[in-house]
Amino acid sequence: MTMLSSALKSSSLLRGPSAARCLSAWAQVEMGPPDAILGITEAYKRDTDARKINLGVGAYRTDAGKPYVLKSVAQAEQNILQQSLDKEYLPITGLAKFTSAAASLAYGTQALDRVAVTQSISGTGALRIGGAFLERFHAGKAIYVPGPTWGNHGAVFRDCGLKVGQYRYFDPQTNGLNLAGMLEDIRALPKGSLVLLHACAHNPTGVDPTSAQWAEIQKVVEECEHVAFFDMAYQGFASGNVDRDASALRSFVEANRAPVLLAQSFAKNMGLYGERVGTFSIVGADSAERDRLLSQVKILVRPMYSNPPVHGARIAGEVLTDAGLREMWLGEVKEMADRIIRMRAALRGQLEELGSKKSWNHITDQIGMFCYTGLTPAQVDRLASEFHVYLTRDGRVSIAGITTGNVQYLAESIHKVTKD
Amino acid sequence: MSYFSTVPQAPPDGILKLSVLSRADSDPSKVDLGVGAYRDDNGKPWVLPVVREAERRLNEDPNYNHEYMGVGGLPALTDGAQQLIFGSNSPAIGQGRVYTIQTISGTGANMVAAVFLKQFKRPADAAVYISKPTWGNHRSIFETAGHEVREYKYCNYKTLTLDIDGMLDDMRSAPEGQIFVLHACAHNPTGIDPTEEQWQQIADVMSERGHFPFFDCAYQGFATGDVDRDAYAIRLFVDRGFELLVAESFAKNMGLYGERTGCLHAVCQSSDVIPQVSSQLNRLSRATISTASAYGAKIAATVLQDPRLYEEWLQSMQDMSQRIKTMRDALRDKLVALGTPGSWDHVSQQIGMFSFTGLSKLQVDTLRNQYHLYMTDDGRISVAGLNSHNIDYVAQSIDAVVRSS
Repeated sequence: MTMLSSALKSSSLLRGPSAARCLSAWAQVEMGPPDAILGITEAYKRDTDARKINLGVGAYRTDAGKPYVLKSVAQAEQNILQQSLDKEYLPITGLAKFTSAAASLAYGTQALDRVAVTQSISGTGALRIGGAFLERFHAGKAIYVPGPTWGNHGAVFRDCGLKVGQYRYFDPQTNGLNLAGMLEDIRALPKGSLVLLHACAHNPTGVDPTSAQWAEIQKVVEECEHVAFFDMAYQGFASGNVDRDASALRSFVEANRAPVLLAQSFAKNMGLYGERVGTFSIVGADSAERDRLLSQVKILVRPMYSNPPVHGARIAGEVLTDAGLREMWLGEVKEMADRIIRMRAALRGQLEELGSKKSWNHITDQIGMFCYTGLTPAQVDRLASEFHVYLTRDGRVSIAGITTGNVQYLAESIHKVTKD
Repeated sequence: MSYFSTVPQAPPDGILKLSVLSRADSDPSKVDLGVGAYRDDNGKPWVLPVVREAERRLNEDPNYNHEYMGVGGLPALTDGAQQLIFGSNSPAIGQGRVYTIQTISGTGANMVAAVFLKQFKRPADAAVYISKPTWGNHRSIFETAGHEVREYKYCNYKTLTLDIDGMLDDMRSAPEGQIFVLHACAHNPTGIDPTEEQWQQIADVMSERGHFPFFDCAYQGFATGDVDRDAYAIRLFVDRGFELLVAESFAKNMGLYGERTGCLHAVCQSSDVIPQVSSQLNRLSRATISTASAYGAKIAATVLQDPRLYEEWLQSMQDMSQRIKTMRDALRDKLVALGTPGSWDHVSQQIGMFSFTGLSKLQVDTLRNQYHLYMTDDGRISVAGLNSHNIDYVAQSIDAVVRSS
């Protein structure tokens, strides 16, 4: 962000009303960059065609295309309301019942006595606390993210004062993982670098390493003494199984060689999106270190927002600790993941049935909410203007926007723009 | 050797340390005057009836869900909050020159303001001036955002009233174009507010020096019991043509504390700069939290937008502020009746949740150790912690400690 310079020197002060004729204090403020995804949503909303499909949506949708409030979540919320609890401030680190259950969910049974965990403003807030912590305590002020990565990663880390670099990740030739490039780039980083890893269901590509590939990645990270910062926004949502989805994270922690930090979100897997439920944690060497780390995390959180919102944490805490609700929840997460998997299979199947000459294996190879289709910007534009199908220009599709009702039309549209 | 072995232990938060001590104290006469939250006459937290009603309605709404709000927050909240602070007839709103973004309560609004000001303030080296004393988190928030923080005189520690001359002197002698953090009403921690005439003088000097006002408004309606009176200073500055930022919290006045419901308002000279100002506020908020929390926002919006609930809410604020006023007067009267050395008028003259008693750290420690009375080291008490059951004990304890010092 640059400031306008000499043109405004004569009115270079923030001025009170005596200079009301002069420029606003904010006259030199530049327009912020437009939000790519928002643009898609706006265009979709303006479109009046009955066949329109919104594939930019970052939230789960049912097969009827509707938002989904999980039954386990609704039940938990009812339970809480009936208790007529007060709304007193939580401690800085949030609701203990929630944070300890969340840590167990992520880490399994290991290391829990040395994990410094705080409630956070969902995944974004966790990344922000982590970025602030690393900026303060990590020597090299740079973090490396996969190419591509979630659009907000760069903004969050840069605003923390970290430089943001990239390692190769997605292979556009195969629409899969460029493992060799990834390992080479991570190995080439200065020793002890910060490496951001998507724990599962990579956003935006849907390309996840296999467990064998994860083992290789882990080996390089450990050998280079890098720090692993995991972003886990889709635990349970990727494979349908919460333990499987956390296996890469847990493998790193079990080996106990690379330092591990974790940003954990319950936005998608509990459908708690707007309630902003998440945790940030650091795996310490022992419980004494855990206490020291937590003391520093509190210092970072207090000037950000003092303490986190209580309602979503109560709901999540209830779901995780009530045996019946937890079972129900695990079932619902699996259902959501299964519907996504079915829609992937359906889209690929329809494209193949239509006689498409292109390979669409990646649609079912990829995992989680998003799919990097390989569609070009020109094809994406045609899909919008001719077929009323809306996705981001990087070719990313939100599978949650696909339903049994629209998958055929979607396949036909994609086929039409790709067959030449 | 652990990677984190060089991370040092940080000092605990002063105020929170106090609550830990207080909670651990099982003495039946214990009185917690440290907590910054309203308590009823039985010393219990109070969830406002309109809040319970709003929750009930949300819950019965078949369309209720937890979907993301936009980066700006819930429009019903931000619109309602604008009207509450600036007045529904505010020309600034009518002229489209106010932008409001939802935040994680007042702290979040302070933080967004601090980051925005660091990026866009002119001159680029303008310092941020905070009152001496002020809420403990102000310095931390602005320093963390990279500002130089200075203090302006505020509290006359002898009389425990406003040092208006000192304040105006500091504003005059500061370089032009500095940023001043002003408490809109119910100053925390002193409870000392400028009168309307004094606010006019403050506006005059700020205007002469081209200073930029940042209002922290955490107690609208909670101070005098009247939302319009409590917004006097903010509305005065808007009328005078200032551009300003306002951090607004619903933690105390709606009792939403842990739901973290608040807003940051930017009042600009014209609607022309709103697109860029809003885009930058949105951008920086997106990089900290993405969006603020929905539940508290929906509750607050329900109350603000429903005329009957709104009226009931105004009444609840009057009830809370009235109980606080009653306790102030009672404490002062009892100390006077006991003949406690010193003047105690300031206790009833100060306003809002807190009172700067003038007790010394030594006296504060004695009150805690011997009398199980908890307050912060600066002698600040949360008047909300006083009630008809403990007021005599508190007065007697203070009397004893003051006499023996």
